[in-house]
Amino acid sequence: MSDGILATILISMLGGAIRVSTPFMFVALGETLTEKSGRINLGLEGNLVLGAMVAYAVSYHTGNPWLGVLAAGVSGVFLGSMHGLICSLPRVNDIAVGIAMMSFGTGVAFFFGKPYIQPSAPRLEALPLGGWSDNAGLRQALDINPLFFVGILVALVMWWAFANSRWGLIVRMTGDSEPAARAMGVQPYQVRIASTAIGGFLAGVGGAFLSLSYPGSWNEGLSSGQGLMAVALVIFARWNPLRCIVAALLFGAAGAIGPALQSVGISQGYYFFNAAPYILTLFIMIASARSSSSAREAPGELSITK
Amino acid sequence: MANYGVSRRTLLKAGAAGLASTALPLGAMRSAQAADVILGAVYVGPRDDFGWNQAHAVAMDILKGVPNVEVIEEENVPETDAVAKSMESMINLDGANLILATSFGYYNPFVVDLAKKYPDVQFRHAAPLWNADTDPKNAGSYFCYLNQAHYVDGVAAGLSTTTNKIGFVAAKPIPTVLSNINSVLLGARSVNPEATVQVIFTGEWSMPVREAEAANALADAGCDVLTCHVDGPKVVIETAEARGVKSCGHNASQAPLAPKGFITGAEYKWETIYTMYADLLAAGEELPNFVAGGYHNDMVRNTPYGAGATPEAIKAADAAIEALKAEEPIYVGPLKDNKGNVVIDKTYDNYDPTLDGMNYLLEGVSGSIT
Repeated sequence: MSDGILATILISMLGGAIRVSTPFMFVALGETLTEKSGRINLGLEGNLVLGAMVAYAVSYHTGNPWLGVLAAGVSGVFLGSMHGLICSLPRVNDIAVGIAMMSFGTGVAFFFGKPYIQPSAPRLEALPLGGWSDNAGLRQALDINPLFFVGILVALVMWWAFANSRWGLIVRMTGDSEPAARAMGVQPYQVRIASTAIGGFLAGVGGAFLSLSYPGSWNEGLSSGQGLMAVALVIFARWNPLRCIVAALLFGAAGAIGPALQSVGISQGYYFFNAAPYILTLFIMIASARSSSSAREAPGELSITK
Repeated sequence: MANYGVSRRTLLKAGAAGLASTALPLGAMRSAQAADVILGAVYVGPRDDFGWNQAHAVAMDILKGVPNVEVIEEENVPETDAVAKSMESMINLDGANLILATSFGYYNPFVVDLAKKYPDVQFRHAAPLWNADTDPKNAGSYFCYLNQAHYVDGVAAGLSTTTNKIGFVAAKPIPTVLSNINSVLLGARSVNPEATVQVIFTGEWSMPVREAEAANALADAGCDVLTCHVDGPKVVIETAEARGVKSCGHNASQAPLAPKGFITGAEYKWETIYTMYADLLAAGEELPNFVAGGYHNDMVRNTPYGAGATPEAIKAADAAIEALKAEEPIYVGPLKDNKGNVVIDKTYDNYDPTLDGMNYLLEGVSGSIT
């Protein structure tokens, strides 16, 4: 393989990592927060799709894409708090509710999204950070959407807050031991409802990225399961916000392998290369689940670990 | 004081009558009419996807205006058992007696099996797959040879490119898609012998993120004209425009999506076939088993030229359209595939069934179907 081809593939993977990772990042961060508080919300796929639809619709009607991002977040809060409230009823299983919320969110998005498939809404502007390079591919790869940096910022804040703030401690305590939280005078359900709602907000913003930045239009096949994959990435990232970023970037880069290899003429076996992100996730999951530390890092109140 | 209250019994009776009238939509009245056709149409994606399904749905609206024809539609039906269930419920619950199955993967085994199971129901499928010897007589195919319009795309693209590299985002390596890719190449080569086509298969009919990645990868690889064969070309055309490369459309008009770089696009004219079906149905006559056509009988068209088309490209593309209307052949043999084997031994007519089984990419296309 010549250097030129290798460079093209690496640049494509870098670009893919930056372009594709943002929605994974937001959903994974939202899910991390929810799971840290002791609940699993599998319905974030619904938040993602509904967020994408709402963001596109609001951006189309108001002409302001950032307003669309905000509205997507609000739609995520709506679905998230619904999940949180339903799961606070006695004997309700959060996984089952999550699956119901996933169908509900996508269904609502498809129902109200019909009139927005055709029109073109204003999109979020990317920051051209690659102006210093003569390489067109590299310049393109470094056209980075501000939401990407917002995602990294959110991860840093969450990472810091979990370790150092009172709120972070309360969320972690609720997630690790409900009796301990009660003994400290904390209402576990309130913490969980709030965590699920804020997690829902983040997932909704991730949806806004899909429809307003990349690929940048609304249609019903837009997410194709990215929300579900992101929930899996949380386990892989072992509930650490910073590892969520790494996981999302890796996943994005792996997704770019298939098209990049075909573009440089390595076209045999593209079905296999297109499956690269899933194969990668599977292997890393197996590798990371084998370590005994991963069991320690799981929040103690999660219904899958109890 | 008069009693305006409603007794429980009256309420129940009224409710039951109301339910009955909605649950059985005039079924008895309908079956009494002879020329009555209930048409069930199944789409693989949303009706308004800027592409394949929209092209069908727009044409289907024409049938809704025909007296005694009722159209039932279902969208987002996957190419699995789900489509068999959808079609069966259209037959059993809605009384459909003509099924239009519009996605390639619906045919075998789903349409074939159901046609055997329900011999009184007519089935028509939108791909040239019906075989007169083996398949049921109440099934059939209708098809527009879109590759003719893609050939015109290729002619216009061949004279609009400066890098001589045309990028093609393709869904799956089935004959229809391969024929479009090969036709773009032959069209481009007819006016620009240096032109090549680079193809990326996404593996799915609709996968927006991967389509955008593929379009970006092609632009990175130096392609300055992009075209595609996926269900909803919106993402590819918008990505091309954002990257500052030119684009050719597919299925329906995408000209508004790319005001700077749009050249032209290949569009179906399903309405020609559906109007013919509607006329036959209204007259109470039988539908033909096999309908196919292209430029010579008004079943495909090209989108009006956009800002990306150079004057020479427009002139050459108009000439190519005239040639296709006169049924001049696209596949002028002998032709080799991109592995060096002779795959087309002689010149074939544009509608020759030999070409329907195409499973190769011609020399000049870089890409692989496996």
